[in-house]
Amino acid sequence: MNPHGKGAAPLVELREMSVSFGGIHAVEGVTIHLYPGEVLALVGGNGAGKSTLVKTLSGAQRADSGTILIDGEPVHIDSPIDAKMHGVETIYQTLALADNIDAVGNMFLGRELTTRIGNLDDSSMESAARTVMARLNPKFDNLKSPVASLSGGQRQSVAIARAVHFNARILIMDEPTAALGHAETDQVRQLIRQLKEDGLGIILISHDIHDVFDLADRISVMLQGRLVGTVMKNEVSTDDVLAMIIIGKLPGEISKSELADLHG
Amino acid sequence: MAVTEEATTTSEGTLDIDEARVVGLFSRLWVPLRKGVGSLELDSRLFGMIAGLLVIWIGFHFASGGTFLTSRNLWNLTVQTSVVAIMAAGMVLIIVSRNIDLSVGSMLGFIGMFMALLQAEILPRYIGFDQWYTWLIVLAAGLLLGAIIGLIQGAVVAYAAVPSFIVTLGGLLIWRGLAWVMASGRTIAPMDSTFQLLGGGAKGSVGGTISWIIGIAACVGIVLLLASRRRTRLKFGFRVRPLWSDVALTVIGCAVVLVSVWFLNRYFMPEGLARIYAAENGLEWPEGGLQIPFGIANPVLIAIGTAIVMTFIATRRRFGRYVFSIGGNPEAAALGGIKTKRTVAFTFMLMGVLVGLAAAVQVARLNSATSGLGTLQELYVIAAAVIGGTSLAGGIGTVFGAVLGALVMQSLQSGMVLVGIETALQDVVVGVVLVLAVAADVVYRRRQTA
Repeated sequence: MNPHGKGAAPLVELREMSVSFGGIHAVEGVTIHLYPGEVLALVGGNGAGKSTLVKTLSGAQRADSGTILIDGEPVHIDSPIDAKMHGVETIYQTLALADNIDAVGNMFLGRELTTRIGNLDDSSMESAARTVMARLNPKFDNLKSPVASLSGGQRQSVAIARAVHFNARILIMDEPTAALGHAETDQVRQLIRQLKEDGLGIILISHDIHDVFDLADRISVMLQGRLVGTVMKNEVSTDDVLAMIIIGKLPGEISKSELADLHG
Repeated sequence: MAVTEEATTTSEGTLDIDEARVVGLFSRLWVPLRKGVGSLELDSRLFGMIAGLLVIWIGFHFASGGTFLTSRNLWNLTVQTSVVAIMAAGMVLIIVSRNIDLSVGSMLGFIGMFMALLQAEILPRYIGFDQWYTWLIVLAAGLLLGAIIGLIQGAVVAYAAVPSFIVTLGGLLIWRGLAWVMASGRTIAPMDSTFQLLGGGAKGSVGGTISWIIGIAACVGIVLLLASRRRTRLKFGFRVRPLWSDVALTVIGCAVVLVSVWFLNRYFMPEGLARIYAAENGLEWPEGGLQIPFGIANPVLIAIGTAIVMTFIATRRRFGRYVFSIGGNPEAAALGGIKTKRTVAFTFMLMGVLVGLAAAVQVARLNSATSGLGTLQELYVIAAAVIGGTSLAGGIGTVFGAVLGALVMQSLQSGMVLVGIETALQDVVVGVVLVLAVAADVVYRRRQTA
């Protein structure tokens, strides 16, 4: 399963993660891992536990049990700051932007640059933001308006720029193209390929099976909080993955009649 | 301010003609004015507020037969505005973080009563009356008490997740009740002689010369601030405003400051006070009397200082940025790693400190404290912040706007007193203006986003 040859430690490994809310097991004993320069797609129906699982890595949700290893070492991630210190950046489905603050302020939210006496260093932040944005979305230069006035693609750019600027090693993208138009979706796909080439490990949550097959190296499927399995993209068809999502069976286990039902 | 002042002094008795001229001038200037202001990149909303304030001032000036825009009235107006302005500066951050503080009026009463008792009854037992440092102990104790009360309320709001409306509604009842209990409903007076200077009056003002020095220092500050901002932006290669526009801003800013100082400095001491002043300072009393300006009053300087510090905190410090981000999107703030609960608790603590400061000014000004001190002030403070453009939905507001809002409210009230409108109707007018101002704001914002 390691596309980079045996022996190299995974960039990140989530081992036997479990999260429950009240009596409901949102995530139950799930293990996934991710290598540098790899895109791992995490798919499954609504409520399958994908977002909850990655939130344990991004520090937004505490796990009840399980271990997170980064570069083979166990780490404690109890808050978004912990995650960021380990190079984990997250682009949330909601984008997590404060609408009343400009693009620069949002990029540096919680990690503002300050002058020696602790004042906000707006010029340095704006300068850094312009540098990143020139690479990600050169047409977007309206960095000083509140993000409420920006288009969906521009807002997405701000969220991505935040991750890129802070040198993410592990990037979590939760439905990055769900709110975007056609051209903007292409732009984000192009960007994911570029970041992958830069050696980032990317966990991609998506409902869009085209996104998944276009971008992912491996695909992990979740159903009702459990991991159905992880498959190499090149070894499966979209039908195989759909069967995993809906019925919860691996390609070898599924019967002809079940497959027929799926299409019925 | 300067224009209208000159217009009225040169044309006494011909008010009707003057009025028509002013209105005509205004409408002819309006369009180019708006274009010019546009390239200054000022907040057009703020511009509207200043225009509204001028309309109120000019309107009352004519309606009151020329008594509103006088040095004496505006000097009093600045003093009367300061207590609400000090608290409104803190209320902005509270409201921006999607909270409210209904307790500030009662807190002002409680802390004011505490400070009055401390200097009039408790401290004299140990250090005697009228020590030079009495006021320092009293003020420090008052600010500390404010910080503690604010922190308690803020902690309940932030950590126990009780809505701030409820917590501070409880506070409104609690602190008012305790203010009464503390002194069994008595009126405490008089205050320490040095402490009284915090409240203004002839001695509690800085005099003409120092007023000019402060005004000139403010101008130097404006020049340095705009110049350094321009230099930094050029250094980073960012777009800058055209030079003429920066120069114009500097000139306008300095002109407003200097004209204000000049105008306020033309409020002279009445003969009785002036004679005492002359005697104390060893001045000869000449034939025609002496014209000794009060100068800017201490409470006004305290309010201006508060507004500057709070603006700095709101816009130039991380804490301020965090408050605004919490108001814009609490979830995003938390995911950004901001300690949202601590930040919210701290805004209430800051509010408490400012209430302590306002209480000191109020008690010093009245030279006494009653258990009813500060009643209904919370509503004026909230109204000032909201008229000044603070959005109750959170995330939007400026300290400067809130101070202007306080000035608008106070202008309305003193104007109506001058014109002779009865008290009940005054409240009606203030209420109507509050609703109209917010309605105009909502319409304006809708047009902005559309």
